Amino acid sequence: MSDYRVGDPIADTKAPAVPLENRWDERKFAAKLVNPANRRRHRVIVVGTGLAGGSAGATLAEQGYHVVQFCFQDSPRRAHSVAAQGGINAAKNYRNDGDSVYRLFHDTVKGGDFRARESNVYRLAQVSAQIIDQAVAQGVPFAREYGGLLDTRSFGGVQVQRTFYARGQTGQQLLIGAYQALSRQIDAGNVELHARTEMLDLVVSGGRARGIVARDLVTGEITTHLADAVVLATGGYGNVFYLSTNAKGSNASAIWRAHKRGAYFANPCFTQIHPTCIPRSGEHQSKLTLMSESLRNDGRIWVPKRAGDPRPPGEIPEDERDYYLERLYPSFGNLVPRDIASRAAKNVCDAGLGVGPGGLGVYLDFADAIARLGRPAIEARYGNLFDMYQRITAEDPYTVPMRIYPAIHYTMGGLWVDYDLQSTIPGLFVIGEANFSDHGANRLGASALMQGLADGYFVLPATLNDYLGGTRLGDVGTGEVARVEAEVRARIDRLLTVGGTRSVDSFHRELGLLMWDHCGMSRTREGLRKALDRVPELRAEFWRDVRIPGGREFNQELEKANRVADFLELAELMLLDALAREESCGGHFREEHRTPEGEALRDDENFAHVAAWEYGSPPVLHREELVFEHVHPTQRSYT
Amino acid sequence: MKLTVRVWRQAGPAAEGRLVAYPVDGVSPDMSFLELLDVLNQELIAAGEEPVAFDHDCREGICGSCGVVINGQAHGPERTTSCQLHLRSFADGDVVDVEPWRAKGFPVIKDLVVDRSALDRIVQAGGYVSAPTGSAPDAHATPVPKPDADLAFDNATCIGCGACVAACPNGSATLFTAAKVTHLSLLPQGGPERARRVLDMVEAMDAEGFGGCTNTGECVASCPKGIPFASITTLNREFLAATRAR
Repeated sequence: MSDYRVGDPIADTKAPAVPLENRWDERKFAAKLVNPANRRRHRVIVVGTGLAGGSAGATLAEQGYHVVQFCFQDSPRRAHSVAAQGGINAAKNYRNDGDSVYRLFHDTVKGGDFRARESNVYRLAQVSAQIIDQAVAQGVPFAREYGGLLDTRSFGGVQVQRTFYARGQTGQQLLIGAYQALSRQIDAGNVELHARTEMLDLVVSGGRARGIVARDLVTGEITTHLADAVVLATGGYGNVFYLSTNAKGSNASAIWRAHKRGAYFANPCFTQIHPTCIPRSGEHQSKLTLMSESLRNDGRIWVPKRAGDPRPPGEIPEDERDYYLERLYPSFGNLVPRDIASRAAKNVCDAGLGVGPGGLGVYLDFADAIARLGRPAIEARYGNLFDMYQRITAEDPYTVPMRIYPAIHYTMGGLWVDYDLQSTIPGLFVIGEANFSDHGANRLGASALMQGLADGYFVLPATLNDYLGGTRLGDVGTGEVARVEAEVRARIDRLLTVGGTRSVDSFHRELGLLMWDHCGMSRTREGLRKALDRVPELRAEFWRDVRIPGGREFNQELEKANRVADFLELAELMLLDALAREESCGGHFREEHRTPEGEALRDDENFAHVAAWEYGSPPVLHREELVFEHVHPTQRSYT
Repeated sequence: MKLTVRVWRQAGPAAEGRLVAYPVDGVSPDMSFLELLDVLNQELIAAGEEPVAFDHDCREGICGSCGVVINGQAHGPERTTSCQLHLRSFADGDVVDVEPWRAKGFPVIKDLVVDRSALDRIVQAGGYVSAPTGSAPDAHATPVPKPDADLAFDNATCIGCGACVAACPNGSATLFTAAKVTHLSLLPQGGPERARRVLDMVEAMDAEGFGGCTNTGECVASCPKGIPFASITTLNREFLAATRAR
């Protein structure tokens, strides 16, 4: 196959060869330190101000580093972590229900369908408890019980109650905690904040990441910022699909430009489809809205047994309803992991049993829960989600079952990093959703917030010390800076001069639809091939025919065009990765590879690896073999 | 449905602005208000004109990016964010005026986009608990009575959109500041810095050019997150106590 070339295997060399439980302690002990008095001489660039970037920027500044931080939004408080609803996992075992660091580790490796690294996941579980302590100390108003202690609940794919939450706004509250810590450091002069400023390229000098080229989105000015290390905390790339639950501005440009400068991109085809989103209402749809899957704790999912049943849901008797998750997966029922719940919804809708516009929806019914617990209890748990649903659909979910449908929500893939969260470019660290590290092929609910904050508060600050303490940095070559800056300017100029006929959105919509059809909830060799033929054509059309009105200064069409141009390249790598991975695992479901029952069929013999792609023509695949010493890969079973 | 939107167009901070009327046809009641602007912008691009600049991001009412004055009301006729306002709140044939937040503390950048960084600077002045990473005791070390935690949460739901400032005849940021002061002063973790926080935040608020509070309550009526009026009372009480103690 000439689509790609296979290169040398890659390995994580940073996790110490000691027993799993001791690895992080050992790594921290072996890590070099930087004398507190010397830290302020080190500049560290952090791109992004979500949970990962915000927490990293604040913590590095507290340690004494000079942090230069960027966000494309008008304020660091608006990063898309703000929209996470359900909660954050932590192995506190406050419930005394059998939880432990080992169980959280085990659940995460299994939930990720055995495509994550044991070392990283174990560390994530270890530091999870500290995150809750940290957030509470900052004044994050978690839900509490009448005794004044923290409340927890269970979340999809898990049988213990380890999820801490703040009504349906956990992401917002944790982000504000990190934002306030960052604000304190801005006020102290330790963080230099550049809001409404977008990273457009990475400066690599002497083989090391030494800075970024960024564009001020208000003035249009393009400037280079140099530093001793660069941290990318720029989130995931779900907006490749145009319609997703990501914020409109969420984009892949920072990680894609870093990839083109030498950072390997790992598992790009691992995308997560969230089962409980509000179905689209028409052609005008600009984004999809997720509702926390905590709703599945009390809501029951069903479709009518008869295809095309015209009756309103309330008039369909019990014995004519198919509670298909409870039927197929009796021990987990409505709480199966996200990939399984999403695919099951797709299957019933493909079978013509879906409800609502276009038959693309299933019911999520709270009638039983309201009868059992009373409406006030349901209001207390989910009030804001019910309000949100009612506002969007104009239907009252207290009396009419919600309609839900899966949507693109999170990307497990991202830039390849080692145990230190360092990419293949020395000095370039990648944290949060932007890296690939902890979730394998499927992320468990309430684990994104945990990972973002673990990386930013606890992991990166330790490993960055080691890099800065153990590296002698020379001056940055001026020729290198000038070359990168010139490339960035040339690209902006080119975008502004195409003068075509089609809007950026029209290209983005077309790309999104193509990816959803062929690289979405289920994938086939034939479909992926078809999309691989079409994406380069579409990209060529974009550069030939896009129309961007306005000039260099504040120009939102130009911002979008820059991002979509990168999506048009990244999409191809996602398709290639999906094609190369001849198995089904987690969110990656290849129709050719399934069990007789229709479940995902992994191929541990040939694919128990991370696919790390090096940029090139053709791209080069470097495999990192995954070793499972503790959690033995089994067919994931939730029946 | 068909609507006529009269949108504030202003090329830059120093430029003169004016309302420009655009008819938008074939829109659906299920569309959000920002999707109406999307449709308008696609038409403007097709016609070779510059689209309307407006801030937006999550489009689910939580990031606080969006916010426009619709028919004279911040975020429009319903108590929600502009992105969660749907066209079913309007009648076919309506003429709808769309303007940016107007306040001394929020200079216009372009069209409907304003600079709200003053709100960030109010938080930087003291809207935090000093808890450096790694210094925290166990989360259960200090129980917090549920009513306090719940009220703190109600105040913490502020999304920093700035509607309160835009709605206030004085252009005051008192409700914004009050929400943060109340959130943190209700929790034991916020106790040690309580007095300094309120003094510093109020000082920063005044320095940014926001007006004073005269208890008109327009802020509360326009707040998409329902920050309670009582928070302003709390702010004043905290301020008074801190001033006396000084």
